[in-house]
Amino acid sequence: MSTVLFIVETHQGKAATASLHGITCAARVAAAHGAELALLVLGADDTAARQVAAEGYGAAKVLAGVHEALGTFTAEAYGDAIAEVARATGAIAVGATATSSSRDALPRAAAMLRAPLVSEVVAVQDAGLLRRPVAAGRALVDTKIEAAPYLFTVRASEFPAAEASAAAPVETVAVGDPDPRGAQVLGIERTESARPPLTEAKVIVSGGRGMGSGENFKHLEALADLLGAAVGASRAATDAGMVPADLQVGQTGKVVAPDLYIAVGISGAIQHLAGMKGSKVIVAINKDPEAPIFQVADYGLVAKWEDTLPRLTELVRARRTAEA
Amino acid sequence: MKILVTVKRIPDPDEPLKFSGGVLDTSAVKWVPNTFDEYAMETALRLAEHVGGSQRLAEVIVMSICPAGQRQHVTQFLAMGGDRAVVVDHDDRALDAQTVAEAIAAVWKRESCDLLIAGKLAQDMEGNEVAQRAAALLGLPQATFAATVAWDREAGSLTVGREVDDGVESKKIPLPAVVSVDLRVVLPHSVKNGATPDDHAYQEGPRLASLRGITMAKRKKVDVVSLADLGVEAKNTSPIVHAEPPPPRPPGQIVESVDELVEKLATEAKVL
Ligand SMILES: Cc1cc2nc3c(=O)[nH]c(=O)nc-3n(C[C@H](O)[C@H](O)[C@H](O)COP(=O)(O)OP(=O)(O)OC[C@H]3O[C@@H](n4cnc5c(N)ncnc54)[C@H](O)[C@@H]3O)c2cc1C
Ligand SMILES: Nc1ncnc2c1ncn2[C@@H]1O[C@H](COP(=O)(O)O)[C@@H](O)[C@H]1O
Repeated sequence: MSTVLFIVETHQGKAATASLHGITCAARVAAAHGAELALLVLGADDTAARQVAAEGYGAAKVLAGVHEALGTFTAEAYGDAIAEVARATGAIAVGATATSSSRDALPRAAAMLRAPLVSEVVAVQDAGLLRRPVAAGRALVDTKIEAAPYLFTVRASEFPAAEASAAAPVETVAVGDPDPRGAQVLGIERTESARPPLTEAKVIVSGGRGMGSGENFKHLEALADLLGAAVGASRAATDAGMVPADLQVGQTGKVVAPDLYIAVGISGAIQHLAGMKGSKVIVAINKDPEAPIFQVADYGLVAKWEDTLPRLTELVRARRTAEA
Repeated sequence: MKILVTVKRIPDPDEPLKFSGGVLDTSAVKWVPNTFDEYAMETALRLAEHVGGSQRLAEVIVMSICPAGQRQHVTQFLAMGGDRAVVVDHDDRALDAQTVAEAIAAVWKRESCDLLIAGKLAQDMEGNEVAQRAAALLGLPQATFAATVAWDREAGSLTVGREVDDGVESKKIPLPAVVSVDLRVVLPHSVKNGATPDDHAYQEGPRLASLRGITMAKRKKVDVVSLADLGVEAKNTSPIVHAEPPPPRPPGQIVESVDELVEKLATEAKVL
């Protein structure tokens, strides 16, 4: 039986939520090919691989690729390891959720395998026929692949999370000699926040240039905290330094699909819409009735945030208090 | 130091897409340079120039795989300040990312480059893969999604601030190497070359070509080569067989007040 490999990223020893969504897509790829699904966990030891295997997620097995060069993520070493495991297992397809790490490393592996890569898959149409959005979400295209192996990344927001199942067996797999090629990761400056990550939040409150300053974002944060929401932003807001860059939603930022997206002082440029128009319910608050954001909003309020956010926060707080 | 900057021509992203017969019709589009490549060019020029001094620290070579007769985007980059250009004469719509990366790697070798700077993403087809592929083919280290770049000329290395999902990663790579750039690399203080004063504030965004630049661009050398000249086979292993517009969102409504909004979110949309 042929194999579809899916690379699971782990966070504090457990499968990252984003990867769970990707597993669902990979299971569909495997089903389309009549192949079995194997999960690949890379690292300096096999602790995380064993954790993932304990949850199973419907996979036939979990492969542990262990090497000291895989302790810190670098695209160079991970790319080498992924290509090596793909060769050794004869996998017909290799996937991962489209995170910044897989977008960094998978194309390297693809080049070494001389294999095609399909980015940001949103639907599996058939064996080797994958659908993805292009041009800031203005078109959906189907890519046909005859080659084996091929690689793919998954847009997490388009697939439900895989659920734990019976435990899967763990096998160790050789990763060759992954080489960071002199690259050194000096550190990561993380944006600390008690709020849920953008890509996992059920509700997102997003601000744009219309907020005027980073200081004014506290009004959005107050509302977000009442709603248990994440805070997002447009490029204009992040470029101006109002909030950290990793809060940016859009073609070049995070792609999100929460139950509720509230856009405040955001005009709705095509690149912003590309990242949020999959949201179930969109609310727009903007003083300009012509703002394109109103074309995708389920509920639009033509007003200044100064005149509306305080009342909105008050009403939401009242509802929360009534519920408690 | 030789810096290779790649530029892809893309259909003007501000113009509507045309679908015909279940595929995208690009026969009559207006071609413009990919914005991320303009950012790559700006990065290369900031590394190459010594503001306040006279010497130039690097040669900047522009390259594109495109029909030789449609290379306005290359001319535009020469007008911005590129030194010379290589055009690989082939319709890139018929090539896969691997072939494009092979062509870039071949030009890199011919020119003995030290640094490749590419956009992180082509805005039209959104592959996000060519720079990484070229790095792998050349066996080089890479720093993708660069928001800041600092060049240590003595050590022969770059320290790059990379936009990752949960913050900014700082990665140090020895030259020769590959960098792909993100949006914030064109903010006023994002690029440092150790010669231009560290506190120099560049104008935000990619520079516009000056009138002088435009005149000079016409005289700059452009090498036109074929894939065959580079020993690269033209192929497409991942063709697009169908394209369609996304389903439209159902029309929304304008509410008159915050009270009405909250009421509707609670009872109609049931999300509060
Ligand atoms: C290659 C490329 C990639 C890009 N990627 C992204 C991306 O991933 N994400 C992204 O967001 N953008 C992206 N952009 C930028 C995008 O094109 C827009 O420039 C950006 O989204 C605009 O942000 P904005 O809506 O906050 O600002 P503006 O367009 O300036 O809009 C501000 C809005 O606020 C409103 N406003 C002003 N004051 C008030 C007030 N007091 N109360 C209420 N409303 C008010 C105004 O009416 C206006 O509609 C990208 C651009 C390029 C070229
Ligand atoms: N036809 C091409 N000619 C030159 N450079 C290209 C071409 N296609 C892609 N690139 C480069 O690769 C980057 C990433 O493209 P992609 O991986 O296709 O999203 C672009 O920003 C360009 O710098």
